[in-house]
Amino acid sequence: MSSPTTTIGSRITRLEDEPLLRGRGRFFDDIALSGMWHAAFVRSPHPHALIKSIDTGAALALPGVHAVLTLDDLAKIMVSRRMTRHSNSGMPLDKCWPFALAPGEVSYVGEPVAMVLADNRYIAEDAAALVMVDYEILPFVADVRKAKDSPPIRRELASNVITTYKVAFGDVDAAFAKAAHVFKRELWQHRGAAHSIEARGLVAELRQADGGITVHASTQKAHDLQQTLTTLMDFDQDLRVAAPDIGGGFGAKLCVYSEDVAVTAAAKLLNRSIKWTEDRREYFTNAVHERDQYWHLEIAVDAEAKVLGVRGKLLHDTGAFTHQDPNIPYNSASTMSGPYIVPGLSIDVTIAMSNKTPVSSVRGAGYPQAAFAMERLLDLVAHEMKLDRAEVRRRNLIPAHKMPYKKPLKARSGAAMEYDSGDYPACQAEALTAAGWDDFPKRQAAARASGRYLGIGLAHGVKGTGRGPFESGLVRISRTGKVTVFTGASAMGQGLGTAMAQIAAAQIGVPVENVTVVAGDTSGVSLGLGGFASRQTVTAGSSVHLAALAVADKAKKVASHILEAAEHDLELAGGEVRVVGAPQLNVKLGEIARILQGAPGYGFPAGVDPGLEATSMHRMDSLSYANACHVAEVEVDTETGEVKILRYVAMQDSGVLINPMMVEGQIHGGVAHGIGNAFYEWMGYDDGAQPVTTTLADYLLPTATEVPMFTTLYKETRSPLNPLGVKGVGEAGTIPAAAALISAVEDALSPFNVRIGQVPLTPMKIVEMIRAAKI
Amino acid sequence: MEMTDKRTITVSVNGTKHTKEVPVRITLADFIRYELGLTGTHLGCEHGVCGACTILLDGRSARSCLMLAVQADGHEVLTVEGIAPGPDALHPLQEAFRDNHGLQCGFCTPGMLTTLLEFLGDNPDPTEQEVRVAISGNLCRCTGYQGIVLAALDAAKRMKAGRA
Repeated sequence: MSSPTTTIGSRITRLEDEPLLRGRGRFFDDIALSGMWHAAFVRSPHPHALIKSIDTGAALALPGVHAVLTLDDLAKIMVSRRMTRHSNSGMPLDKCWPFALAPGEVSYVGEPVAMVLADNRYIAEDAAALVMVDYEILPFVADVRKAKDSPPIRRELASNVITTYKVAFGDVDAAFAKAAHVFKRELWQHRGAAHSIEARGLVAELRQADGGITVHASTQKAHDLQQTLTTLMDFDQDLRVAAPDIGGGFGAKLCVYSEDVAVTAAAKLLNRSIKWTEDRREYFTNAVHERDQYWHLEIAVDAEAKVLGVRGKLLHDTGAFTHQDPNIPYNSASTMSGPYIVPGLSIDVTIAMSNKTPVSSVRGAGYPQAAFAMERLLDLVAHEMKLDRAEVRRRNLIPAHKMPYKKPLKARSGAAMEYDSGDYPACQAEALTAAGWDDFPKRQAAARASGRYLGIGLAHGVKGTGRGPFESGLVRISRTGKVTVFTGASAMGQGLGTAMAQIAAAQIGVPVENVTVVAGDTSGVSLGLGGFASRQTVTAGSSVHLAALAVADKAKKVASHILEAAEHDLELAGGEVRVVGAPQLNVKLGEIARILQGAPGYGFPAGVDPGLEATSMHRMDSLSYANACHVAEVEVDTETGEVKILRYVAMQDSGVLINPMMVEGQIHGGVAHGIGNAFYEWMGYDDGAQPVTTTLADYLLPTATEVPMFTTLYKETRSPLNPLGVKGVGEAGTIPAAAALISAVEDALSPFNVRIGQVPLTPMKIVEMIRAAKI
Repeated sequence: MEMTDKRTITVSVNGTKHTKEVPVRITLADFIRYELGLTGTHLGCEHGVCGACTILLDGRSARSCLMLAVQADGHEVLTVEGIAPGPDALHPLQEAFRDNHGLQCGFCTPGMLTTLLEFLGDNPDPTEQEVRVAISGNLCRCTGYQGIVLAALDAAKRMKAGRA
């Protein structure tokens, strides 16, 4: 029997697991509907070209092909030919939003030009290859550093620079003027793409019963997708978006894509159910990347290595379109000072476009780059001043007694950036102890004596989690006594259903397995924001918690009449409301639900509203700041450039943990993603802006042999900002990982005096740097 | 041969024989998923790298995205749906995945299970490193592999205990 004390914080196995282990999950591509057509897209082979003509004759002549649609066809039922989304940042994005299909001009390789509909995917793909498109090739931008002075990446644009702005606080120039030391560093950062193992796709189901459309999409933001499609096609209430099981998201599935729009529009236009299943090559060229960022930085420190100021420039490639506000470089620049006291900061940000796949969030959304930039600077300070790297951090970390700590900056919402709680120095101390930091020089010396190159590195990360303004939580108890939770949050593998069930069960006193969670279905709850920014346990968790509390209160009010007992003498347990100390005096929750459903013309309990249910859209205007400190020990093969991770300690403080087993899994996956960023993942383009890594044999994801066993450590500093005391988890494992690993590699290669300013750092690059150093 | 040519094949899947006329070019994965409706076998890359579509063909792991259905004619296929002994019980490997948090989104899981089922048959008492090598052809983006490796080691113990 679950009780509040055992439900939250317990390592219960997940409700999601058994169906998935039996092969009984239900992912979008598992949905088969009678009469359904299958879509395939004709895509641009050029980075920038005019479309002079499209000949669909041969494609349409193929048996089993029903239609070939272009933007002009879809436009018949669309309010707008492109996604006119709202720019919350105020950036001029009118000419940056993607089109449903190419508008007579293509601006990146892979951009969808036309859509084929056929009896099955085989025929649709055959036909797509038969669509003849005549292109006139135009000048293109393959390197974002040349964007400013190049012809526009699309003819409608006056400039390839979307915007420039400064993220700044304090008197930076004065800080640099009085500094004992100033050090400079240039960085190139690149994070590749999200690469969930399930690619994108959707089924637009034409509902036979009422003629409406239900979109079953692999999306992290069901409500946004529903609202966007509704606006674009002037749907009324007859468009429902229901996310089925999602085979991973990691950021890329939070955008609304051209294919989502085109498939839904085609279903509406042709009155047919339509499925589109992406292949991996399409994912490479169309699912968003977090591609290149170029940083030029300077750090000013006093004689004790205390940071006085950081200044520099950040150039961010956002690709050919923006699916949403390009917030990544703001995240990068504004969170760069991380867990440290930095009196002055000034970063000049430039966001420019290129003729490449659009850029948006991948797990971490700009924060990993921020951590890498800051941690690289601190390693530089330690190196130049001949200090221990951990000591340099210790002198600059925000001490626990200064919490809550206000950074002189604003978060995207406009609210002050105030760290709510945490003990960064203690996290570092414990991580260093677990990793054997103090003994490492001995290990390193012993290894070097036998010709092996060991290194150790550390890095911190702070993540603003629980991005508001709210998430929805509706808790309902039926006559069976079973509990259903509806939320606009998105379940994409994190165990959201189990976590929400644990939170609801804690207040309602039912076994966790008696709670069903419906996430990402616009027919379940009217509002929702979805899964991103490590937000759901904080936002949806708080709403579900408060809704469950309200349901429990309601149940007690009704039971109090029936049992003739005071509410404060009642408790919820075992699926009933009982008198404390006299459990034989009880009333079942199902019975209370029946009473609250009402009987026409008969009496109704006083002082309560109908329905044993409650909805909460708990407002969250401030972020809860989770933090992590990672220590990595590596061995570098100086002949081959291979890096082996010998030891990895990940300390994390995500506040109160709802399910430590699931938290651990999130950290493991997050760090593995960071390992990919550090050494393997590179979405390559050649000088002609042609993508060159479009298979998983060319673009390397970490496999089980590249990832070590992790040691995970926790602090549980409550967040004072939400009723559960929780902070987000999902991204904090990724944020410091690449910085810690590169620090370790640089340390291993210290005999060569190699300075590393890039991720990913491939074996070839390592060998090249060693050779250059030897010469 | 035309792309629309068809052949009649007989394939045993999870112990049930299916005789069907199929297009010669349909992959084994698509045959299993769309012709037989066994959607537990997942397609992650469709070019043989991610391993999600791994099935056992006559007891040996194979990428069902790289095989044609006609190549399975006369053979026995085991998919993820055929691993559990019945509706009331899971296989020890599945139990170990659940108990060691060896899955998150569950998309790579079918391929991990089939790959490990074969591996643990060949190597009932593996080391951690041997498990890692065994699943190095299966990509997972969620777990960082730790839960999967621990699940495999735990499953080896459970399966040994079951045989004792």
